[in-house]
Amino acid sequence: MTTVLPVPNLAAIGPEILVTVLACGLLLVDLFIPKDRKRAVGILALAGTVVTALFTMRYWNYSATTFSGMFVVDNFAVIFKEVFLFATAITILISLRYLEIEKVSLGEYYALMLFCTLGMMVMVSAADLVVIYIGLETMALSVYVLSGFMRFNVKSSEAALKYFLVGVFISGILLYGIALTYGVVGSTNLNAIAETIKLKGLKDNPVLMIAMFLLAAGFGLEIAMAPFHFWAPDVYEGSPTPVTAFISVAPKAAAFAALIRVFVVGIGLMAPHWQVLLWVIAALTMTIGNVTAALQSNVKRMLAYSSIAHAGYMLLGILAANTTGLAGVAFYFFAYAFMNMGAFGVIILLRREGIVGDEVDDFKGLAHTNPMAALLMVVFLLSLTGIPPTAGFIGKFLLFSAAIKAGFYWLVVIAVLNSVVSLFYYFRIAQAMYMGEAPDSSIPRPQGAPSLTVAIAIVGILTLFFGIYPHHLVELAKASVTTFIPFL
Amino acid sequence: MIPVNHVIVLSLVIFAIGIIGALSRRNVFIVLMSIELMLNAVNLALVGFSSQLANLTGQILALFVITVAAGEAAVGLAIVVAVYRNRHSVNVDNMNIMKW
Repeated sequence: MTTVLPVPNLAAIGPEILVTVLACGLLLVDLFIPKDRKRAVGILALAGTVVTALFTMRYWNYSATTFSGMFVVDNFAVIFKEVFLFATAITILISLRYLEIEKVSLGEYYALMLFCTLGMMVMVSAADLVVIYIGLETMALSVYVLSGFMRFNVKSSEAALKYFLVGVFISGILLYGIALTYGVVGSTNLNAIAETIKLKGLKDNPVLMIAMFLLAAGFGLEIAMAPFHFWAPDVYEGSPTPVTAFISVAPKAAAFAALIRVFVVGIGLMAPHWQVLLWVIAALTMTIGNVTAALQSNVKRMLAYSSIAHAGYMLLGILAANTTGLAGVAFYFFAYAFMNMGAFGVIILLRREGIVGDEVDDFKGLAHTNPMAALLMVVFLLSLTGIPPTAGFIGKFLLFSAAIKAGFYWLVVIAVLNSVVSLFYYFRIAQAMYMGEAPDSSIPRPQGAPSLTVAIAIVGILTLFFGIYPHHLVELAKASVTTFIPFL
Repeated sequence: MIPVNHVIVLSLVIFAIGIIGALSRRNVFIVLMSIELMLNAVNLALVGFSSQLANLTGQILALFVITVAAGEAAVGLAIVVAVYRNRHSVNVDNMNIMKW
């Protein structure tokens, strides 16, 4: 008897193949580049990432399912892949000089970053719990190493250990959720799960409810939603700052995309149950994030708590489970990538010989020593708070209006109150920059490397541009979630 | 044939031992071993379900879990070595430079 293996559609995984080849190629090229010129590896990685991003755009409206229904390419996957590739490109730009200052300018850094991107790209395209798990682990294992990349730095290695221990612990819990789902439903394919739940009327099955909790916990870790946010401040503070910028955006986006796929497509019929769960989690996440952020004096830690709070806002989009909400999540990740990476870029700008520059006090007098950086920082802070005319405002507007449409009035009230709290701590930085005394002139003035300046300028312009002309990106975001319309 | 309930109960017990170990022990290596215990409990459950459902997906997933666990162990031990070189301790209670 002969078994015919189905031939997978390799064209569908073009971007993934490209990233894999690029990352492996970088590891090889790295061998031939002398120690003091590792920057070349970074520039090569940047060029590759940009090419991949342009190549991925061709997959818009491509829509294919391959590998026996395990891998799906739709607009939703494409738009999130663009978020990852954008975040990777900006991270490489802001890393080039920083790694040299920290004396860890090694080629592996860029290869690891691309392997991480690969994991995330697989994760958003996954239509099967097995593939989601593989993508998640590819991403997570690279990120653990990246967060401990300054291996002679006590804080960095401690951050890596904390991230690793929490990460593998929660991935065990996620796996048990997958095992239970498989045991009840008999399949790990998301569409098959939805089908079986419908046919057998399993939507109130207690074992599936437990599995739902476990899956939420598994994705909740990367999203940094309460009560799985404890790792975030320590890891964000200890990791190299470009890595912090990266993990505050990209893995979070990947976990959100996977959460949307699993919850909306896979167990969409259990929506009444998971809406209660996410309601409580969203309220907790926003409040804990914002209130604790207000107490911080370290800006990296403050932005860590603020990123927890932003995860809370984005949960509103999933909770609302309508087109505006899901499109809002996609849009918000673009906006969040712009504004958050920009804010971290300014922190990197403050890093110079002998000065770490991640305390609020280090921002004092920045308006005098580097007015342009201070101005852009204000734009990022406005956007993070959600004040027009910035992309952050449009994102929040979409999310909140979706939640109102779905009838979550109280949650929107909590979210708006939280935004007010966030204004307080974001503008402590602005106050330090404009009203604080500049340090004496003996300290070198903060001057960014050209690559860093370019990166901050790009994200600054994009933050403003999509705040004033959001129409096109909103339409793209709405077109990206059409896959989910049958499930809403 | 062993009924699937017995397999699942055993797997739950091992999983619980793993969770308790990971949360209560202070030595990084014992925490890591507890986490391995959790992953193996998952494998047991997957294989049990797989034989009950007469469906191979569970066994394949178990193979993937074993592979990923090996990768996790490699990365984890490398991180522990890096931490040990910096502070000469593998006790998780000492990992408290950054707090609150």
